[in-house]
Amino acid sequence: MSYSEKVIDHYQNPKNVGTLDKASKNVGTGLVGAPECGDVMRLQIQVDEATGVITDAKFKTFGCGSAIASSSLATEWLKGKSVDEALKIDNMDIVEELNLPPVKIHCSVLAEDAIKAAINDYREKNGLEKIKFEESVVH
Amino acid sequence: MLKLPIYLDNNATTPMDPRVLDAMLPYFNEHFGNAASRNHPFGWAAEEAVDYAREQVAKLIGADPKEIIFTSGATEADNLAIKGVYEMYASKGNHIITATTEHKAVLDTCKHIEKLGGEVTYLPVDKDGLIDLKELEAAIKPTTILIAIMYANNEIGTIQPIKEISAIARKHGVLVFTDGTQAVGKIPVDVNKDGIDLMAFSAHKMYGPKGVGALYVRRKNPRVKVTAQMDGGGHERGMRSGTLNVPGIVGLGKACELCMLDMEADTKRISKLRDKLESSLLLLEEAYVNGSREHRLPHVCNISFKYVEGEGLMMGFNKNIAVSSGSACTSASLEPSYVLKALGLGDDLAHSSLRFGLGRFTTEEQIDYTIKAVSETVIKLREMSPLWEMYKEGIDLNTIEWTAH
Repeated sequence: MSYSEKVIDHYQNPKNVGTLDKASKNVGTGLVGAPECGDVMRLQIQVDEATGVITDAKFKTFGCGSAIASSSLATEWLKGKSVDEALKIDNMDIVEELNLPPVKIHCSVLAEDAIKAAINDYREKNGLEKIKFEESVVH
Repeated sequence: MLKLPIYLDNNATTPMDPRVLDAMLPYFNEHFGNAASRNHPFGWAAEEAVDYAREQVAKLIGADPKEIIFTSGATEADNLAIKGVYEMYASKGNHIITATTEHKAVLDTCKHIEKLGGEVTYLPVDKDGLIDLKELEAAIKPTTILIAIMYANNEIGTIQPIKEISAIARKHGVLVFTDGTQAVGKIPVDVNKDGIDLMAFSAHKMYGPKGVGALYVRRKNPRVKVTAQMDGGGHERGMRSGTLNVPGIVGLGKACELCMLDMEADTKRISKLRDKLESSLLLLEEAYVNGSREHRLPHVCNISFKYVEGEGLMMGFNKNIAVSSGSACTSASLEPSYVLKALGLGDDLAHSSLRFGLGRFTTEEQIDYTIKAVSETVIKLREMSPLWEMYKEGIDLNTIEWTAH
């Protein structure tokens, strides 16, 4: 299987690798996946409390090139978006942007799950109710 | 000058030795005859070449030329041995003993036997990949007709105690079949000293061509017979019909001759390179060798680099270095290697493994390049790994509730 150029580029030059202070009230952390499945993503967002805009996003991922690229792309897309806009990021947008083959769609699902988990973590910290998401279909 | 890419996947297939190719070429055009054409010089030339190759093959494994059945490869030989014995010895019993770490060509053939009404025992292996001889003996019943245990494993290189296995089998009057695909040509294999009754192997794992292999079938003490699995002209003493692949067989013969000639020197040189590769990679933190280091093929090294995923790791250098991984992502099934899991490795470690298969044409320069590239990529990916960060913070990953997806 060969990778798309975009996957290779994100793999070689990943954007926003790193760690935000997960104890901070305006940071939301999403940790999804499992080591035994071969993918774990941790995605973090930092939100400007006044505007609700995501000012920074970081990730760390254990997984294949497509998983790394999906999370790297997700952090790029998150920066500058409002939390509400971020919720609209769909895994299929990631699939399309990175030209992921069918066998790698689960990597994009994981990235979407990570975004949602990070947002819910942020909401919980700030006394907001967690949003209930439908179980993702593609796994 | 170092030429890229570097090939370190010799367990998958080996490049052809140029001397093998030279031996084969005349049999594509000049001597194109059918080895079964008994009445003209074209046939005679082909038959002579096949006979010579049969001797070369037999010599490598200490067999008689009459005991060599040419096939299309090891998968066909595995099928012929297991299904052929199952049918031939049906009146004696229907029970076969094998191990969980066998190649799919053996495991899936055994599954097929089960569908036909046969009974199969799959022996577990220990953390080194070795079967337990006591468990083997305990599994033998009056209906047991065959023990099918591979000589050496394709993923981890672990060498099974074939001599001890065959001694037990003999005591109970059970036949021994071994898949010798990874071992023959790499380490000394002698069907008589090892007490082997049937053995499958392949040319393309020992610097010969693809599409040709052989099944050794013992003729004396005891005389072993297998039921043919293909109907036709009754070639190969009735056990394997089909016009002989003369150039391929010539290539297999030459490959065997060269392996015999070069084995000692190759092993010495290659195992030294393997050890250098292995000890250098083990300098990385949290790197573990999979399988037995003591009972192991000289050219194989399987290592797990904890907290990085195998496919992601390979992507860091697979334009320049060819290796393979037990990671699920490299297979269509999304399941990590069943061989590594059989050793008791957690799925996480199985996902983190790389298999290096060195060969006759591996150079020290290539190994030095590989050590550097792999080490750098492991370090880079760990910087990107949330698991590595947790490990470094002293968090026990087993205490985390993962959202398995």
